[in-house]
Amino acid sequence: MTTIVASARADLLRVRKWSATWVIGAAWLVLMVLFGYVFNYVAYRSGSGSFATEGVVGEALLRSVLPANVPQTITAGTPMFGGALMMVLGAMVAASGYGWGSWKTILTQGPSRFAVAVGSLLSLTAVVAVTVLASVVMALGISTSLALVEGVDVVLPSAADLGQGVGIAFLVLLMWALFGYLLGTLLRGPALAVGLGLVWSLVVENLLRGVGSLLGWVETLTTVLPGTAAGSLVGSLGASGGPEGAPGVLTALSGTHALVTVLAYVVLLPLLAVLVIRRRDLA
Amino acid sequence: MNELVVQTAGLTKRYGSRLAVDRVDLTVRRGEVYGFLGPNGAGKTTTLRMLLGLVRPTSGTATVLGMAAGSPAVTERVGALVEGPGFMPYLSGRDNLVVLARYRRLPVSVVDEALERVELSGRGGDAFRSYSLGMKQRLGVAAALMGDPELIVLDEPTNGLDPAGMAAMRALVVDLARSGQTVLLSSHLLAEVQEICHRVGVIADGRLLRESTVTDLLGTPRVQVRAEPVEEALAIAMRLAGDDGVQVDGAELLVSLPEERSAELVRALVGAGVDVHSVHPSDRSLEDVFFEMTAVGGGRPMSEEKVS
Repeated sequence: MTTIVASARADLLRVRKWSATWVIGAAWLVLMVLFGYVFNYVAYRSGSGSFATEGVVGEALLRSVLPANVPQTITAGTPMFGGALMMVLGAMVAASGYGWGSWKTILTQGPSRFAVAVGSLLSLTAVVAVTVLASVVMALGISTSLALVEGVDVVLPSAADLGQGVGIAFLVLLMWALFGYLLGTLLRGPALAVGLGLVWSLVVENLLRGVGSLLGWVETLTTVLPGTAAGSLVGSLGASGGPEGAPGVLTALSGTHALVTVLAYVVLLPLLAVLVIRRRDLA
Repeated sequence: MNELVVQTAGLTKRYGSRLAVDRVDLTVRRGEVYGFLGPNGAGKTTTLRMLLGLVRPTSGTATVLGMAAGSPAVTERVGALVEGPGFMPYLSGRDNLVVLARYRRLPVSVVDEALERVELSGRGGDAFRSYSLGMKQRLGVAAALMGDPELIVLDEPTNGLDPAGMAAMRALVVDLARSGQTVLLSSHLLAEVQEICHRVGVIADGRLLRESTVTDLLGTPRVQVRAEPVEEALAIAMRLAGDDGVQVDGAELLVSLPEERSAELVRALVGAGVDVHSVHPSDRSLEDVFFEMTAVGGGRPMSEEKVS
């Protein structure tokens, strides 16, 4: 256990001091603020609709940027761009060390492959957790400020709703980060892992869901895909990504089915990664 | 000095149809500096990787410090620099070592000691990516030295070092051996290996051709004699050095005799009426022996041929 903790501490240091980690985290926060607050609030103030808010009444636009909607706001972007960004992070965390030769250096220093892999996965999990917490803090701060500016009552979400939102955002982002980590481990290079991961998460799953309406077996397959599960889990929260639907948010699966599927990925993806790391030659 | 720190038996690694390492039986004794020599692609680095647990053998066994090679209990007692330094480019040299120290649960003080030892203290705060090749190499050696490991595996540690850096590295290796640490050194600088190694192993095409002390490998010193008539000189020399102890090289004889017996040889030649034009020692270097054994460049070193 102490070797795993030591490995996690070591890995956290290298991840914390890596500008890529901060850039990806910041990109997620910027996108969340833009799509969760800026566009909706500007549309509300100007009385005009954007591509995302067309046809939505002003009152709904205002509601979407108030504190009570924070659970929906922080989860709405997770199935699509939030997940994609975390997938990139996971792939880079796992794969960059192969190109730099730093995994080789680390493994010749004494820790077991198991401890190194688990420590690395734990530090990735910590980064995702901090990203979600930063999202919550930022969302609460912005929405409270907007409520005060608009002179409406500051009604915070219930602890249960907020907890559910945080939990769902964490699970979805973690699943995609782990997906990226496994890809990075298998492919041993960040470029290919990031490329394939993005194509899968942004293109292939959407195409399969389209084909699923024509072929029954493809539709069955889509019910166990990570994107469908993540989108449905977020959809079960009523996170329409603001007033009128967000890319990647689905209602294809029940909340329970989606949760079980996402949890299965969160367990299986790191297990596979650890298995590969333990078994494979580092040549 | 006789306790075996590394021992392999029939160690073999096959990549598909290519046999990278073929039944290697290697022994490294405690406290010695062991030179591991071989041309590029001979299987040296693959062997070292197997000793460190980075690569699994196809067959055969390897024990390091009395335990199965690659187990964490072993690798935490081993320091290694294999196939170049591999570090996070965005971290400083010092932070890279701090990361490694955390993995090994070592105090941060060992980082500063290691940087001091390779004379990188002044640049420890700079990003690894800004280092010269020699500085990167020294940082790799610093990582290998952290925590006073019992066995230090250095794969081409002088790569990229300037002459002063190479001399410092040589002194460091000698110093490590003096302090009781065992060093397994792979290098293509054969003069350096000859100077600092107690024993060497020569590998080519995946097979260990020879393992012995440097003195044994160099064999009996030879005396180069230019005398006429050659036939008479040859007969006399063979009487002293044995039939196999004399080689004819044009008008010269290469006689396998210790230098202190050269006077005896000269007396015999002159006594028999042979004209002796010149006599001088002809020491074989490790490089000569290496190229004879591995037959690189037709048995002679090629001008730019690198041996690693």
